[in-house]
Amino acid sequence: MFFTSLLNSLPGAIAQGLIWGIMAIGVYLTFRILDVADLTVDGTLAAGGATAVMLIRAGVDHRLALLIAFAAGLLCGLITGLLHTRCGIPAILAGILTQLALYSVNLRIMGSKANQALSVDKYKLTLSQRFVRELSLRNPLFLLMLLSVIVIGVLYWFFGTEKGSSIRATGANPAMARAQGIDTNANVVLGLMLSNGLVAFSGALLAQYQGSADVNMGRGGIVIGLAAVIIGEVIFGKVFINFALKLLAVAIGAIIYYIVLQLVLQLGLNTNDLKLLTSLVVALFLAVPYWQSRIRPRRAKEAKAGEGGRAC
Amino acid sequence: MLKLEHLCKTFNAGTVNEKIALADLNLHLKEGEFLTVIGGNGAGKSTMLNAVAGTFPVDDGKILIDGNDVTHMPEHKRAAFIGRVFQDPMMGTAPTMQIDENLALAARRGQRRGLKWGISREEKEQYFEKLKELGLGLEDRMSAKAGLLSGGQRQALTLLMASLRKPKLLLLDEHTAALDPATAAKVLEISDRIVQENHLTCMMITHNMRDAITHGDRLIMMNEGKIILDIAGEEKKKLTKRELLDRFAALAGTQEETDSVLLS
Repeated sequence: MFFTSLLNSLPGAIAQGLIWGIMAIGVYLTFRILDVADLTVDGTLAAGGATAVMLIRAGVDHRLALLIAFAAGLLCGLITGLLHTRCGIPAILAGILTQLALYSVNLRIMGSKANQALSVDKYKLTLSQRFVRELSLRNPLFLLMLLSVIVIGVLYWFFGTEKGSSIRATGANPAMARAQGIDTNANVVLGLMLSNGLVAFSGALLAQYQGSADVNMGRGGIVIGLAAVIIGEVIFGKVFINFALKLLAVAIGAIIYYIVLQLVLQLGLNTNDLKLLTSLVVALFLAVPYWQSRIRPRRAKEAKAGEGGRAC
Repeated sequence: MLKLEHLCKTFNAGTVNEKIALADLNLHLKEGEFLTVIGGNGAGKSTMLNAVAGTFPVDDGKILIDGNDVTHMPEHKRAAFIGRVFQDPMMGTAPTMQIDENLALAARRGQRRGLKWGISREEKEQYFEKLKELGLGLEDRMSAKAGLLSGGQRQALTLLMASLRKPKLLLLDEHTAALDPATAAKVLEISDRIVQENHLTCMMITHNMRDAITHGDRLIMMNEGKIILDIAGEEKKKLTKRELLDRFAALAGTQEETDSVLLS
């Protein structure tokens, strides 16, 4: 009984994981590459969902709606980026400000309603939850896997280019980047835009998948994104060195997150406690490397002193 | 090549921590000149270098590099003219990027960065040869992360990065201060070679008087944001540490300041 219901919920969990995986890759770009914790994404996810749903309801092609949602995400990132680099507001606060503002903006987009439905019976959609257990090309899993691979491929290419390398340098060492003639402010803005574009794209997919956009659909999104990043790193960090594989690890991390989620729900966890659990897990995994770094240097120092010499 | 005219910079102006770092500083550096800069703590040496590099805006005065007024140019644009090596070995490289990637970033200093691949095969071959010349064995570790290198190796790599695209001006900010004596000597030797081979105009801050005397062809001493001693040519070649100290004592006056130069 337990296993059949778990098995039944597995395709849905994987689909959700794939959708949130794209979002988590966006979070990875800011959190790991730019070294900025961008809290805009909670609002951006809903903005992407709202934009896509309202456009499709207005008769716009669902593929075009996805692209426009992506563009809306770029805009969200641009605003946070400008608040941070041109107005001197710390990145975290800049993100919170945009996120809060987006709540109102998203309500505007959705015609002052907190929720807008998008039935797959009435509109042609990119993907829908309804077909997730079907053995046909309508099954969203195929499309989502393809999209994830494309996103990872494009990002792998971009971060290997001159421009992409300069963004990596901006995150790794801004002082060095400027000394090498890199406009770090412009790169931070560009990175935030790209990240939020992906998040909004993911939001647009999610809204279509579940058949509605909700003004609160992005709440806690940053934490889920971080959870995916961290799960991916913990499990694959040692073996996935290549950048594309690192992004793949994030996507798989999101899938694992949703499978585990299903598991604990099946085991009888109250849905209301989910966000508490997610926060605890992320906090713990963020803390462990810090604790390790506080213990390890001492050991390393002792070891070095034991050798009695120093290397050049 | 480099002209500093009436440079002024005060930190924390109007507060109890007010510090006049540059007080109407003037300096003219000719093309190909290798200048060493000495002075006690807080004399304004690093402030001068950072003002030239554009780390912060100056309060007053003008900075000209090869005739271009760069006084109001942002740091990343000025970088087109300037190669830099910092005191802190961590500052000059991107630790999470590979050695060859760091070099590729530096090779594009002052260039537009587009959507071409970040590093080419020919470049890698060129970097292999250049790294070999350093004599540190880095050529066999080109895909290692720069963060894995020792302080000396990083400074050598940063020097190579600074000279990969020939700068009009090379700024060395006590780049051997964080190294042990043997490594410092090696990095200084590499610095000398790179400056000579590329005929670079160079400014080097050092805390070590002997290094200031034995390297470069001109020496200035700073105190309280001004240049108080400027020695070049034959006179510099004959200069001894003792003589330098005596002249500093005569100029700067107080015993306390002499000690700060001596002991630092």
